[in-house]
Amino acid sequence: MSETIKVGMADLKVCIAPDSITTLGLGSCVGIAIRDPINKVGGLAHVMLPDSTAIRQNNNIYKFADTGIVELVRLMEQQGAVRKRMVAKIAGGAQMFAFQNKSDLVRVGDRNVEASKQKLKELNIPILAEDTGDSYGRTVIFHPETGDFVIRAVGKPEKVI
Amino acid sequence: MNDELNLEAVTSQYFDVLKELGNIGAGNATTALAQMLQCKVDMKVPQVNLLEFDEVGAVMGGEEQIMAGIYLCVEGDISGSIMFLLEKKAARHLVTKLMGMDMGNGEDFNEIEISALKEIGNIITGAYLNSLSTMTNLKIFPSVPDLTIDMAGAILSVPAIEFGTLGDKILLIQTQFTDDCELDGYFILVPDLESYEKILGALGLR
Repeated sequence: MSETIKVGMADLKVCIAPDSITTLGLGSCVGIAIRDPINKVGGLAHVMLPDSTAIRQNNNIYKFADTGIVELVRLMEQQGAVRKRMVAKIAGGAQMFAFQNKSDLVRVGDRNVEASKQKLKELNIPILAEDTGDSYGRTVIFHPETGDFVIRAVGKPEKVI
Repeated sequence: MNDELNLEAVTSQYFDVLKELGNIGAGNATTALAQMLQCKVDMKVPQVNLLEFDEVGAVMGGEEQIMAGIYLCVEGDISGSIMFLLEKKAARHLVTKLMGMDMGNGEDFNEIEISALKEIGNIITGAYLNSLSTMTNLKIFPSVPDLTIDMAGAILSVPAIEFGTLGDKILLIQTQFTDDCELDGYFILVPDLESYEKILGALGLR
């Protein structure tokens, strides 16, 4: 029997096929799914903020794109995944309210996406597909077996990237 | 200003104050709502909770529960933002009641209904902010509200990210209104770090 493992906000999990991983209601947060297609180890991180070095309260490494991705890769390697084979897909980073705030939290969705791409690039993990930006929430389900990244949104047809 | 302040350090005394604020604010909001709807509206004592990010969605019936979220920025003596969340069903109920007829087919809100919902959010958050302003003697000016209808988790990511710069928890005030059916409403007030100090200071807690 395959299981679906749930990842919360500012959280990350690793699984091995046929299990799958999901995170519900991504808004401005970004979901980063990484997979080793050979041994089918997969991981999903749900990060909230782009940069751990910009904030004082940064003990929770799962919360940030920079530290979260590094930790996800480390945990996947512990499960036998090989860095050189890893590929990624990302989703989320929406701007939920059109309304603009003057603070630097403006467009945090975009900045989360940018920071995630930057970190994956540094780690030499190619991004195969993305469904980011816009203004709606997304629920994602990642299947390490096939690499399918299923995206659901309110009032929209389900899509697979 | 204390650089070390974070949400984890919020005292139980502060909680009591917030609860009281929530109570008065929600009371004001209820009165405003009753006037707007021209009917009797009751409310329960609000619950104030400091929740882990993970737990917030569960309180509202799951991250995928569809909610209406009304979001405003706050300026003046304090700065930050306030959000009011309502289940989609409850939002539909209030809009139908306010407009005196059921316009939509029950699914999507049309333009007029969205405008009405923004106004409801405006009045409710306005009443809440008013009581905060009166109690603290601080000037608080809310911006024009923005509304979105989406999954609870996605809407909550906005205040969660703002709280995320302070700590790993989110402060949620839950209020239950009752007219002829029960409506759960949620307030999330996110003052920035300096404003926390100001609110606490104004209340004589620092």
